[in-house]
Amino acid sequence: MSGKTVYDKLWDSHLVKKNEDGSALIYIDRHILHEVTSPQAFEGLRMAGRKPWRLDTNVATPDHNISTDPAERAAGVAGIPDATSRIQVQTLDDNCDHFGIKEFKMNEMGQGIVHVMGPELGATMPGFTVVCGDSHTATHGALACLAHGIGTSEVEHVLASQCLVTKKMKNMRVTVDGELGAGVTPKDVVLAIIAEIGTAGGNGHAIEFAGSVFREMSIEGRMTVCNMAIEAGARVGLVAVDEKTVDYCKGRQFMPSGELFEQAAEYWRTLVSDADAVFDTEVSIDGNAIAPQVSWGTSPEMVVPVTANIPKVEDQTDEVKQKGVERALEYMGLEGGAPITSVYVDRVFIGSCTNSRIEDMRAAAKIVEGHRVSSSVKQALVVPGSQMVKEQAEAEGLDKIFTAAGLDWREPGCSMCLAMNADKLGAGEHCASTSNRNFEGRQGNGGRTHLMSPEMAAAAAITGHIVDVRTFSGEQS
Amino acid sequence: MKAFTQHSGIAGPMDRANVDTDMIIPKQFLKSIKRSGFGPNLFDELRYLDEGQPGQDCSHRPVNKDFPLNKPRYAGASILLARKNFGCGSSREHAPWALEDYGFRAIIAPSYADIFYNNCFKNGLLPVILTEQQVDVLFKEMNAVEGYQLTIDLVSQKVIRPNGESFDFEIDAFRKDCLVQGLDEIGLTMQSADAIKDYEKTRQASQPWVFGAIK
Ligand code: SF4
Repeated sequence: MSGKTVYDKLWDSHLVKKNEDGSALIYIDRHILHEVTSPQAFEGLRMAGRKPWRLDTNVATPDHNISTDPAERAAGVAGIPDATSRIQVQTLDDNCDHFGIKEFKMNEMGQGIVHVMGPELGATMPGFTVVCGDSHTATHGALACLAHGIGTSEVEHVLASQCLVTKKMKNMRVTVDGELGAGVTPKDVVLAIIAEIGTAGGNGHAIEFAGSVFREMSIEGRMTVCNMAIEAGARVGLVAVDEKTVDYCKGRQFMPSGELFEQAAEYWRTLVSDADAVFDTEVSIDGNAIAPQVSWGTSPEMVVPVTANIPKVEDQTDEVKQKGVERALEYMGLEGGAPITSVYVDRVFIGSCTNSRIEDMRAAAKIVEGHRVSSSVKQALVVPGSQMVKEQAEAEGLDKIFTAAGLDWREPGCSMCLAMNADKLGAGEHCASTSNRNFEGRQGNGGRTHLMSPEMAAAAAITGHIVDVRTFSGEQS
Repeated sequence: MKAFTQHSGIAGPMDRANVDTDMIIPKQFLKSIKRSGFGPNLFDELRYLDEGQPGQDCSHRPVNKDFPLNKPRYAGASILLARKNFGCGSSREHAPWALEDYGFRAIIAPSYADIFYNNCFKNGLLPVILTEQQVDVLFKEMNAVEGYQLTIDLVSQKVIRPNGESFDFEIDAFRKDCLVQGLDEIGLTMQSADAIKDYEKTRQASQPWVFGAIK
């Protein structure tokens, strides 16, 4: 018999019951809730007269549609301008109070984007199954978790039974060996992977990211990569445990301590794929060859290296691709064949669960330090992923660097990643964004998103157009 | 949950690949705390010429006459014909809620995004998978015939065309069973409460740190 992958190990250790038809009941260790996908689940629970199975597994926080404006935030829930958003946040507070669920409320220390908050508080532990009503839950896989997004019915199912009915996925390994060049970040690695395998390339698979590039990568960087597994079609993305994983976990709020920590760590270290494990699909990419990446179209696979030109319709091999490129170019208001660096940006967004951690803040600050946001840029937002990130960044003086350069320093939340609050693009506006999706209308009706790393977005804010961060000098052109 | 055994109805088109959940139900409508009422905003950005707002009466909004589902011939459509990777994007269950609330009972496409596929079953919506060629055949027939009707028989796993010919489709037994019987999945899981408790006991003994962390 061949060995097991990390995913196999996680699956086996959470199996409660196998059904005859191949589905299984899987035990859930951590359930994270937010205001958008939970109200109907709580409503269902109430209607059926059910209670949460376990309280010490759930942790909640509002993030998706809270305001990031400091003045509005200071006014609390009542300060949320949009009535429906306000009701949702209030409903989360009420439901958590009613059922006794631990919640980090809007302005409490600990609050943040669900996928930033979970790991930083130590609520996400290696070897866990982690679910949340949000498709970017794979982020937690950076700590070798079996983590994926669920729908609202499943939120209710997990609340009621601590389990999910699911089927085992296939194993896929994406190996990136080599060394990343200067200015090439985890975001570029994951965008390059998506460009390579496509947005449906990982469908039905759990992806393990392996190879020297991930071994060298920080835990936060691994989160950026796992975060976007869903953009490659995979619900689950993960990285095996190593000493970085164990070190990251030490001392966090909900983590075990002392002897119990050592006992846990000993187990965590077994969460690596066996040498003889077999993957259903293998992909390998040369890390040395990855350049900073920028999306030009309306799907995360529509990505080019910053040195390249925007694709032309006539260069596409088949008719479906031609149509796709044609529609995307039209929506984006772009000309095929033009250099991607010729695209001017109206707004810049540095934030989202992909890139709003402290390392992202530091990287962006380093680029903008001593420069000014281009006068052609209407707005450049920096939205830390959590209260803790915000506090840390301010302790390091990063907020001052941002504001001195003319960027807005905001309160933590999802913000312009999905534009459920007031932070959004106007129709036709181009945005250099560190978020994860460039779908039509994602950042605002008619808005045009260009996905990239925090460094690249910061550089675009200064020059006013997309620019290769490796040759960026801070001069406006 | 509504049981699904057999359904006949008018087929309506969504003729593009990679229709994402934002397209199915734009995010401004996600703010509702209810499960129902999303139908009028299904495909909102494609269906109307203005920008939709939650809570608004859609009957007076300017309609995009070029959007196929707005054409009279597809009025009352309850089976959606779609292309590959339908429902990609977010995990929002509002997407199947909107489709269901609009009146769709089934979708036919060559492939779906995983989470969306999963979510359909939890809401009594049947996502049928046929090959690209078969879907092509249905599109062609539908375009040619006004009021084109299909019958989907879940029990025998067939999509039956007006000429009586049919396409077989695959579906996993558990999901089929739940849909056919209209079973509540949570109730079903609760029948395994003892197994869940046993699992917790074993885990508590071997990995005590898993429990009691969140206070
Ligand atoms: S930041 Fe964006 S992708 Fe992440 S949880 Fe929030 S809305 Fe979802």
